[in-house]
Parts: sequence; structure tokens; C-alpha cells
Amino acid sequence: MSRIMNDKLRGYAMFAAVSALLLVVAPLALPGFRLDELAKYLCFAIAALGIGLAWGQGGMLTLGQGVFFGLGGYAMGMYLKLHDAGGDLPDFMVWSGVEELPALWAPFRNPVIALAAVVVLPVTVAALLGALVFRQRVRGAYFAILSQALAAAFVILLVGQQGLTGGTNGLTNFYDFFGFELEAESTQRGLYFVTAVVLGVLYLLARQLVKSRFGRLLIAVRDGEDRVRFLGYNPATVKTITFAISAGMAGLAGALFVPVAGIISPSLLGVVPSLELVVAVAIGGRYALAGAILGAIVMNYGKTAFSEEWAGGWLYLQGALFIGVMTLAPKGAIGVYQQIKDAVARRRSVPAPHQEKSPASLKEEVPA
Amino acid sequence: MENLLNQLPIGLSIGAVLLLIALGLTFTFGQMGVINMAHGEFIMVGAYTAYMLQDWAGTQAAAVALPVAFALAGAMGWVLERAAIRHFYGRPLDTLLLTWGVSLVLQQAARDIFGAPNVQVVAPTWLSGGVHIGGTVIPYNRLFIMALAAVCVVGIWLYMNRSAQGRRMRAVMQNRRLAACSGVATGRVDQLTFFIGSGLAGVAGVALTLIGPVGPSLGTYYIVDAFLVVVVGGLGQLRGAVLAALALGMLNSFAEFWTNASLAKVIVFAAIVAFLQLRPQGMFVLRSRALT
Repeated sequence: MSRIMNDKLRGYAMFAAVSALLLVVAPLALPGFRLDELAKYLCFAIAALGIGLAWGQGGMLTLGQGVFFGLGGYAMGMYLKLHDAGGDLPDFMVWSGVEELPALWAPFRNPVIALAAVVVLPVTVAALLGALVFRQRVRGAYFAILSQALAAAFVILLVGQQGLTGGTNGLTNFYDFFGFELEAESTQRGLYFVTAVVLGVLYLLARQLVKSRFGRLLIAVRDGEDRVRFLGYNPATVKTITFAISAGMAGLAGALFVPVAGIISPSLLGVVPSLELVVAVAIGGRYALAGAILGAIVMNYGKTAFSEEWAGGWLYLQGALFIGVMTLAPKGAIGVYQQIKDAVARRRSVPAPHQEKSPASLKEEVPA
Repeated sequence: MENLLNQLPIGLSIGAVLLLIALGLTFTFGQMGVINMAHGEFIMVGAYTAYMLQDWAGTQAAAVALPVAFALAGAMGWVLERAAIRHFYGRPLDTLLLTWGVSLVLQQAARDIFGAPNVQVVAPTWLSGGVHIGGTVIPYNRLFIMALAAVCVVGIWLYMNRSAQGRRMRAVMQNRRLAACSGVATGRVDQLTFFIGSGLAGVAGVALTLIGPVGPSLGTYYIVDAFLVVVVGGLGQLRGAVLAALALGMLNSFAEFWTNASLAKVIVFAAIVAFLQLRPQGMFVLRSRALT
């Protein structure tokens, strides 16, 4: 009993420490430029959290999270573009010879609709795809490939519709963010705090979800979908809801990314960026939600730091890291940490106590 | 109407390219359940093989390039299977991510060895020109690819249905454990399957040099579509792969004709999702009593 209490306390302490690090230490210690970078990593961490939920807890390997990130990002970007343009056409439309505002853009003049679309659009697309696909028991590798194909098609569509989406350049050159000047350092600082708080809140919500009855069902679906069906539940519903939630998170992440980075473009959303998010989750530790966040921050930091020195080297390192993690430590960094902790605990207590339920004791193989 | 008919050979040739690429995948994915993301990079290996041979032996090297690329890409696939993938059987999603790591490394290696810009392979002179059918010209190189795809399909069909080794392969595909009980060395069958599957990617790579430039990211353009062919056709189904590749090629070319290139991709994707509503496991399914 006391052990469980201890674990719980330690969890709270960890969360408080990380919060303090992100909300107090980082803003004080980092210069503005680096803080901006960190804000970007936190956006990716939000998307990664969604992947952690869908893949780590639900067993759905989604390789198209960039699509939902993009839907959220473009919804936000479209509003900002229209707002900056006043009553006129956004600049890139003028350049590509569009005469009047496309009907698709019109609703995004309204900030409320645009902000709602940030979450509603990705959730709807994911729910629709999920309902169609999971109902027919398309799963595992098939689902992974379909989600990847969705990412590929989405990017090709964005690039192709130059006048509607800004093509390869995407949407950029934003100036005003709900009355704040985006260039100003205070705005960027504020955006950093917003992103960090959103990440924290979403993490707590996701954790609560995993601990709830629904979360147990989700893990059950991951470990034995057919058994869950035989027990009278409908795995398709559970999976669709989870997939939609993870898409909503990616949408929020994309919407935050737009003011933070000042751009949203197809090169951020395609097959490769979507896969990179999954890689980050795998390296951080897919079975723990915290692992997804850790992985996203560390991987993106590594990418920036390494690319500044030796651009090609990062790809080698990333590839090698990935091969290494998948072969030696499939549970990622958090899994390694758990193993070490368990080993230490075992050595300390000479007569073995009852087996503790820890993520490390999860099933070795997750059936596809 | 005539324009519409013109799309037919285009669709056929897109289908042939898809088929060449997807053939290898039907085996590695179908028999072994391995999602090999590095398959695209084996295509690239084949394409660069043709480029290197052209450098050494001149433009008439295409005929030699085919077997050399098959052997080279096959050998790389074999090494990959032995070194890494065999530890991952039963974890298809993990192999996907593992092989993606491999593909990243291979791509960067190609960039460092051959440089980032695309290189060009000059098609042999006997492949220039084309046949006039009605109002359209079908270039010889497109015809060559169609013929190559046909030869590969026939060859594989013969191998699978008429050779002892092919019979073992089918046995492992249908029921791995029972095959093992009956004395089939499944590990060895896996190695051979992977060799052939990867080798076919190399052959596809040589074919691709006839219709476009060669670059480090060549494989990534085709890999997603090739996987879709396997999903639509059904795992490990030769006729499924053939039909699905042709259907997707046709659909692509007609959708492009009616709308534009970017919308066509979306239409194809929607069509695939709709198709999976009817047949979630693809066109042809291996009958089995297993639950999943």
C-alpha cells in the first residue's frame, strides 16, 4: 500500500518538477530565440501525446498524424491570413491570380469558427476515417499504410491547389495574432506559456482518460481485440473515439504551431514528418504518455542541434538510433528507466515482494 | 472520346510500374507480414546500379543491369533480413519503424555517395521511338516496362506453382507452423523470399530509370502507392497484385484526365477506402480458420 502511495506521490512530484522546469526555469534561462524553438518542440510534443494515446495505449499505428496537425494549422493560418488582409484577398492569392475569396475560406473570417475548426476539422476527418476503417476490422499494418497514404494524398492536394492553399510555400507572413504583434518578443513569450500550459492540461486529461474505464477498455483492445469483442464491447467504437481524440490533439498542436513558428506548409505535414513524430514517441517510450512528450522534445532538440553542425549526420544518427531502439529497447527511454528501477528495487528487497504492476510488465508483444 | 482512349495505355504503363514495385512487396508483406519500408531504397539501389553500369559500360548496359540489380538489391535484402528483421517476426508494426530507420540511412548514404542532385540514365537506343496506335504513340520504353512486368509475373507464377521451393513458400504463407511441423525449413524459406522480393525491387529500379531521373529519394515516391496495391490486392496474392496494380494505374490516369494530378490522388485514396468497405482484406483472401 505504501509503495503505491509512494509511486503516486513520486508521479505528482515529477509532474510538478517538469512543470517548474518548463514554466519557470526555461523562460528565465533561455534567450528568446531558443525559447521559440522550445515552443515548437512543445507543439510537436502535443501531437506526439496524441500518438502515444492512439498507438501506445490503443495499438493503432497512425502514420498520418501530419494530416491532422495540418488541418488545425491551416484553419488557424487561414484565419490569421484573412485577418491580416483586412477586407482584401490574402497576399499569396493575389500572386497566383485568384480574383475573389474562395468559398472554402469564407467561414474562416470569423475567429470563433476558425478556432472551433482547429479541433472540429481533424476530429471529424479522423472519426469518419476511423468509423469506416475500424468497423470493417481493417487494422494493424493495413491501417498504418492507409493512414500513411492519407498523409501522402493530403500533401499532394495542398501542393496542387496553389491558389487555395499557398502551394509548397504554405501560409506564412502573419503579423497580427488576436491583437498582439507576432514579431514582438513578449507575444512569443506569451505563446510559449500558452503552449506549455496546453501541453500540461492535455497530458493530465490523457492520463485521466487512460486510467478511466474507457482507458482500460482501450488497452484491452490493444492487447486482444477479439477477446474484447467476445465480451460484448465494440472495439471499433473505442478505437474510433481514441483516434479522433488523438487527431484533435494534433489539430491543436498545429494551430499553436502556426503563431509560434510563423508558418504552416506541406513540408511539415507529409509522410516523413508524420513518421518522425512516431519515431519520437517510440524512442521516448510508447507505453507511457510521458515518454511520448519526452521523445518529441529530445528528438526535435537533437534534430536542431545536430543539423546546425552537420546536416547529413542527423539522418544517420536518427536512423541508427531508431534501429538501435527497436532492436534493443522497444519500450524506449521510459522502458529502460523502468527496467533499471525494477532491477534496483529487486536487489534492495531480498525476499521478493509481490509483483508490482509497472509499464515494464506490460505484454511483450502487442498484437497487430 | 479519343482523348479518353489515350488514357488507356498511360494507365496500363502506370499500372505496370506499380506492379513491378508491388510484386516484391506481396511476398515480403504477404508471406512474412513484414512491412519493409526499405523496399523503396532497394528500388533506388537498382536504379543506381543501372547508372553505374552505364558509366562503365555505356548506354547499352540495360540488359546487364537487370540481373545485376536483382542480385545486388536481393543481397541487401537478404542481409537486412538476417541482421535485423528476423528478430521482429510477429511484430509487424515494429518492423515498419525499424525498416524506416534503415531506409533513412540508405537514402543519406546515396546522397553522400552519388550527390543529392538527380542523375540521368540514358535509355539504350533500341528503346527510343514508339508504336503508333490510332492517334497515340506508345513509347518503346513504356512497352518494355509492361513486357518486363509481364515476364516477372509469369516467372514468379511458374516459380511458386511449379517448383519445389515455390511450393514450400506457399506452404509457409498459408500456415507457417504447420509447414514447420512438416519439415519445411521456414527460416530458409524466409531468407529466400526476402532475397527474391528485394531483388524484384532492384529490377523495378532499373525499369524506373527508363522513364525518369534517378535520385536518393526515388523510392519514397513509389513506396506508398506500392503498399496500397498490396492492401487492395490482398496479402501474398499474385493475381490480386496484378489486378490491383492495373486498377489503380487506370483509376489514377483517368482521374487525372478528368480532374488534375493532385485531386486524382485524393480520388484514388477515397476509392480505396470505399473498396475496403466491401472487401476489407483485399480482392483475394487466403482462406483460413485463424481468427485474425
